[in-house]
Amino acid sequence: MLDQIVFYFFATLAVLSAVLVVTRRNIVQSAIFLITALLATAGIFLQLHAEFLFIVQVILYAGGIMVLFVFVIMLINLDTSLHQAQYNRQWWLGLLLALVVGAHLILAVAVGRSVLPFPEPAPATMLEPSTQIVGKTLFGEYMLPFEVASILLLVAMIGAVVMAKKKV
Amino acid sequence: MHAVIQYVISIWVPLVCMLVIVGVLPLCTGYIVLMERKVMADMQARLGPMRVGPHGLLQPIADAVKLLLKEDIIPDEADKAIFWFAPLISVTAGMLAISPLAIGPWFQIADLNVGLLFVVGISALGIFGIVLGGWSSNSHYSLLGALRSAAQLVSYETAAGMAVVGALLLAGTLSTREIVAAQGDYGTWFIFAAPVGFFIYVVASIAETNRAPFDLPEAESELVAGYMTEYSGFRWALYFLAEYTNMVVVASIATTLFLGGWLRPFAGTRAFNFLDYFPSALMILVGAYCFYRAPKQPVKVQQLFMMGLGLAFFGVALILAAPLLAPKGSLVASAMPGLHGAFWFLLKVGSYIYLFMWLRFTFPRYRFDQLMRLGWQFLIPLSIVNVMGIGLALVLHRHWGWSHWTAFPLTTILTLLAAGYLGWAGEKKDKEHVFVGEQ
Amino acid sequence: MIPTADYLFLSLVMFTIGIIGVVTRRNVIIILMSIELMLNAVNINLVAFSRLVGSAEGHVFAIFIITDAAAEAAVGLGIIISFFRNRETLLGDEMDLLKW
Repeated sequence: MLDQIVFYFFATLAVLSAVLVVTRRNIVQSAIFLITALLATAGIFLQLHAEFLFIVQVILYAGGIMVLFVFVIMLINLDTSLHQAQYNRQWWLGLLLALVVGAHLILAVAVGRSVLPFPEPAPATMLEPSTQIVGKTLFGEYMLPFEVASILLLVAMIGAVVMAKKKV
Repeated sequence: MHAVIQYVISIWVPLVCMLVIVGVLPLCTGYIVLMERKVMADMQARLGPMRVGPHGLLQPIADAVKLLLKEDIIPDEADKAIFWFAPLISVTAGMLAISPLAIGPWFQIADLNVGLLFVVGISALGIFGIVLGGWSSNSHYSLLGALRSAAQLVSYETAAGMAVVGALLLAGTLSTREIVAAQGDYGTWFIFAAPVGFFIYVVASIAETNRAPFDLPEAESELVAGYMTEYSGFRWALYFLAEYTNMVVVASIATTLFLGGWLRPFAGTRAFNFLDYFPSALMILVGAYCFYRAPKQPVKVQQLFMMGLGLAFFGVALILAAPLLAPKGSLVASAMPGLHGAFWFLLKVGSYIYLFMWLRFTFPRYRFDQLMRLGWQFLIPLSIVNVMGIGLALVLHRHWGWSHWTAFPLTTILTLLAAGYLGWAGEKKDKEHVFVGEQ
Repeated sequence: MIPTADYLFLSLVMFTIGIIGVVTRRNVIIILMSIELMLNAVNINLVAFSRLVGSAEGHVFAIFIITDAAAEAAVGLGIIISFFRNRETLLGDEMDLLKW
C-alpha cells in the first residue's frame, strides 16, 4: 500500500512538473520545475530500491547539472526573452507529431500490457545491497565503458571551456 | 529488558531525534552564533554581548524575538513566489541532511546504506535556495552574490567530494554507522591515515559554507550582504539558520569521516579507559565555574540564573557518570555507549566549528580569482593525488602485506610532495602572469 | 508491488512531454532542459527493467546516461553562452548561420 502511495505521488509530481517545465514562460521557473521533476524521479528510484541511483540523481542531476543550468540562466540576460513569442512558428505541427508519436508509444504499452508476457518483477531484495552490486557490475563487467565515459567527460570539459572562452 | 531497550531505540529514538532536530536546532544555531560572537570578542580583546542575561547567555533568544517581530519586506520588483520560498529550500536541505548522521550509536534517524552520500548530496541542494533568493531579489548585489556562491560551491564541492572519497576508500562503506565502526576496527581515526584529505576537506567545507576567509558571496565591503541583501526579518533569519545548519552538517561529516565519530580518543586501548571520566569531569568543571561566577553578577536574578545553570551542568555530569558508577550489566550501565557517544560526537562537532571561527578571525578575505585558483589549481589536483595515494597505501597494506605504520606515512609524504609541487608551480605561474580582470 | 507497465507509462508520458518541449519551444535553454527530461524518462525505464530481470545492469546504464547528460549539459551550455555573446539572443530559430 505504502509502495503504491509513494509511486503515484512521485509519478504525479514528476509528470506535473514536466508539463510545467515545457509550458512556463520564465526560464527560471522552468528550471525550478525541472529540479522538482528530477527529484521526483529520484523518489521513484528510491521506491524501486535503487538507493545508489537515487543519490547519484540527487548529487549529479539536481545538485550538479541543474546548478550549471541555473548559473547560465542567471548569467544570460532574461528580460528580453520574456516578451518574445515562446513557441516557434510550426509549433502546431511539432505538437501534433509529438502527440502522435507519444500516443503511439503509450498505446503500444497499453495494448502490450495485456498481451506481452511481463513476468512478475523479481523481488527487490534480489538486488540488495544494491550499492555493492552496482559497484561490482560497474567496475567489473563494465570497466571499459566506464573508462570511455570518463574520457567523454574529459572531452566535454575541454569542449565546454573552449566554447565558453572569449578568445581561443 | 534489553529487548525493550532495542524496541525503544529502533522506534522511538528516531522520532524523538527528528523532533529534537527540528525544534532544538534553531536554538542551537542561536547559541553557535553567541559562541561565535564571544570567540570573536575574545580574540579582539573585548567582552562581546553582556547585557541580556548573565554574560549575554540569553542573547540568542532576544535576537530571535527581534527577528520574528521585524517587518518582512518583499521588494516591489522581486519575483514574489520565489523570493518567498527560496530561504525555505536552504533550511530544508540543511535539516534533511542531518537525518542519516549518527550522533552516537543510539541517536540516529535513519541508517541509510548510502548515508554519507545522502548527507553530501542533500546539503548541496541548499545552493538553490541561495541562488534563487539572490536572483528573485532583482538586485545586482544579490545576483552577484548568488552567482559567486554557485560558482564557489560547484568548484569546491569537487574537492570536498574527492576528500570524502579518500576516507570512504579506507572505510569501505557509505553508512555513517559503519564508517565509525571501521575507524574503531582500524585502531586510529582516519585523520591520521589521511591527514591531507582532512586538510582538503577543511578548506573545501569552509568554502562550501560561505564562511570567511572564503565568504565572498556575502562580502560586505563589496556586495553589501550578497544574496541576503534584500532579505529582512524572519526570512533573513532562515538564511542564517541554513548557514549555521550547514556548518553543523559539514562538521558532522568531518567528525564521522575523519575524527572518529562517537569514539572517544584511544577507544580500543584499555590503558586510556580513565578518559571515560572526562565527560563528567568537564561538566563538573563548567558547573563549578558557573557557581564561581555567580556571586559576581550584578543582579539577583542573574545570580540565581548562574546557579541554576551550574546545577544543570552538575545534573548532566551525573547523567554522564551514572553508567560508570552503576553496577555492571544493569540497565543504567548499558546506557554508556549511547550517552558518551553523543557527548564525544557533539564535542568533536563543537571543536570543528570552533576551528571554523578561529580561521574566520585569523585570515583576511580572499579575492575571487585567488579563491577560484586555489580551488581548481591546487585543491582539486591535490585531492585526486590524495585519493591515488590512499589507494596505493591500501594496495601496499592489503596485497603486499605492509603494515599501517609504513604504508600510510609513505603515501602521505608522497601526497605532501605533490602538494609542494602544486604550490610551487602555482607560485611560479603567478609571477609570470599578473592577473588582469576579464571585463 | 507496482507492475512494470506503470513505470513504462510514466516514462513514456515524461518522454512525450520532453519531445513536445524540444519540438515546439523556441528558447534554447528550455530545449536543452526538455532533452534532460527525456533522458530522465529513459532512466526510469532502465531501472524498472532492471528490477524486472533482477540484475544491476539497468542501474549501470542509468549511471552512464547521467554521465552523458552531464557532458551534454556542459557542452550545450558552453555553446549557448558563446552563441548568446555573439547574437544576443536565446531563440533556437534564430540560429541560422553556420559561421560568423
